[in-house]
Amino acid sequence: MLSKGLKRKREEEEEEEKESLAVDAWWLDPGHPAVTQASPAVTSSSLFDLSVLKLHHSLRQSEPDLRHLVLVVNTLRRIQASMAPTAALPPVSNPPAAPSMADNLLASSDAALSASMASLLEDLSHIEGLSQAPQPLADEGPPGRTVGGTPPGLGALDLLGPATGCLLDDGLEGLFEDIDTSMYDSELWAPTSEGLKPSPEEEPGKEEAPELDEAELDYLMDVLVGTQALERPPGPGR
Amino acid sequence: ADIISTVEFNYSGDLLATGDKGGRVVIFQREQENKSRPHSRGEYNVYSTFQSHEPEFDYLKSLEIEEKINKIRWLPQQNAAHFLLSTNDKTIKLWKISERDKRAEGYNLKDEDGRLRDPFRITALRVPILKPMDLMVEASPRRIFANAHTYHINSISVNSDHETYLSADDLRINLWHLEITDRSFNIVDIKPANMEELTEVITAAEFHPLQCNVLVYSSSKGTVRLCDMRSSALCDRHSKFFEEPEDPSSRSFFSEIISSISDVKFSHSGRYMMTRDYLSVKVWDLNMETRPVETLQVHEYLRGKLCSLYENDCIFDKFECCWNGADSAIMTGSYNNFFRMFDRNTQRDVTLEASRENSKPRASLKPRKVCTGGKRKKDEISVDSLDFNKKILHTAWHPVENIIAVAATNNLYIFQDKVN
Repeated sequence: MLSKGLKRKREEEEEEEKESLAVDAWWLDPGHPAVTQASPAVTSSSLFDLSVLKLHHSLRQSEPDLRHLVLVVNTLRRIQASMAPTAALPPVSNPPAAPSMADNLLASSDAALSASMASLLEDLSHIEGLSQAPQPLADEGPPGRTVGGTPPGLGALDLLGPATGCLLDDGLEGLFEDIDTSMYDSELWAPTSEGLKPSPEEEPGKEEAPELDEAELDYLMDVLVGTQALERPPGPGR
Repeated sequence: ADIISTVEFNYSGDLLATGDKGGRVVIFQREQENKSRPHSRGEYNVYSTFQSHEPEFDYLKSLEIEEKINKIRWLPQQNAAHFLLSTNDKTIKLWKISERDKRAEGYNLKDEDGRLRDPFRITALRVPILKPMDLMVEASPRRIFANAHTYHINSISVNSDHETYLSADDLRINLWHLEITDRSFNIVDIKPANMEELTEVITAAEFHPLQCNVLVYSSSKGTVRLCDMRSSALCDRHSKFFEEPEDPSSRSFFSEIISSISDVKFSHSGRYMMTRDYLSVKVWDLNMETRPVETLQVHEYLRGKLCSLYENDCIFDKFECCWNGADSAIMTGSYNNFFRMFDRNTQRDVTLEASRENSKPRASLKPRKVCTGGKRKKDEISVDSLDFNKKILHTAWHPVENIIAVAATNNLYIFQDKVN
């Protein structure tokens, strides 16, 4: 589901959308007492933001409290279902990868991976406008006992909605903009064996830029999902 | 003093154990009734204190393991010593608590101060004699049951066979033999093949008090499964499934969270069990799976505040509950250092407060009332004035008498019936 950034087919989404609507149809009924009673101050979207914050916070723990995580995720799915019933639903009935992240976290710890994932998530949060939401509560959840705190992965991103996919496509470029690649571009580092010249090599690279980005995106996805060891950051060939 | 994380009377009620966040266990003993001190009337005093668990570091996963004691369970007493199981998130330990009130004197091979005597100087033999000494209570770890839980242990329960016990974490329940530490049997496993499909965790588990083949476990979705170990080695398929259908008129975004069961306890008779969810206590007849026989409202006035309680995470608080010895009364905690007691026979309930400021020692506790409506009467407290940091999560009831222990953060209160 998560790997390679593939989206499920539209038909599947529609089927599942119908299923979830059938089960939880009351969310959409404006006459329902629970819906009408919701005070205007507490909107679905603010609850959504709050839940996403809680999810992030929970996943950032070195050893997330599974019960808290599962309850927040399930609540988030309910809120999400009620917010966008007709639009293309993000994989609501497709359970989030958040717990799998937790499992992976338990299985491995890689400081470099952690750092890159943490920064990626920070950037996404800002881009999504979540910084407008109330500050994360300082003392919620178990005390952070991090040693190179392994942060969340794509599971959280899944819940943020389909926009996230596009976000990564555009956002990746921006994220790596500040890396100075001049060192790698210089001839000093080019292989000197005969028949191989740096310039011709560069050009094909640039021509294939779109495909390279795809490949890099796949690579990054794999890294984030933890299926691939982080060898070196995806690269300079842009 | 550290925050108390568990409270438990032993089978006779003479001993009361508490565990705290710092990994310490403190055991209180009831004083013998003494005619010359009529006021003591069986008071509890500190009997033994020991460090049960220390913080650990899992180097493989780069994780710190908390020393907080999650649960203590006593074993039935079989000889002069007392045994209890205490557990943190990952490791269960069997502790032996024994008394030493005699000391041997007159050894042949060593002096009174312990130094070895020169064997060639010994010309006569004597029999050492036992002399009384000041009572010393020693706690020693007899078994350590480790490395069997990937997730956080939330429950332990001693079987009625007195030979085995279970330990439960978020996804699995293991069966141990008290004598064997290098092996445990997994009897329940709800971990999905794909962790992405995880939607439910185990929140509590307990063995039936009389039938050694029966256990129950509760979930974060508000369900209880009863398993019979005779039917198969792996109890993934339950024998009974207890769930009350949701009331459509009170559904909300928080329905699942507030239905999550934080504690499950069999009655002493073994005929009933009770579950504690966020707002209520439900009593179930084991023969009826469709709905509880009683539902007791603990603090229904919080239903309108669920959003704030979700925001400050209080909605995730895990309250425990307990039966009295006769199964005629139930007790559970709430906020503002309030705790609630329900009498099943008279259908009456009362709210009391565990606080030094609001009650004097040996004075009767005054019933409290939370006002929900507009006009607050004198002595009532409004919902908005409740202190949500003062939570009573852990309570215990003496197995025979009307003595209760209430843990209010880092203070332990012991209340007794007033003797006329």
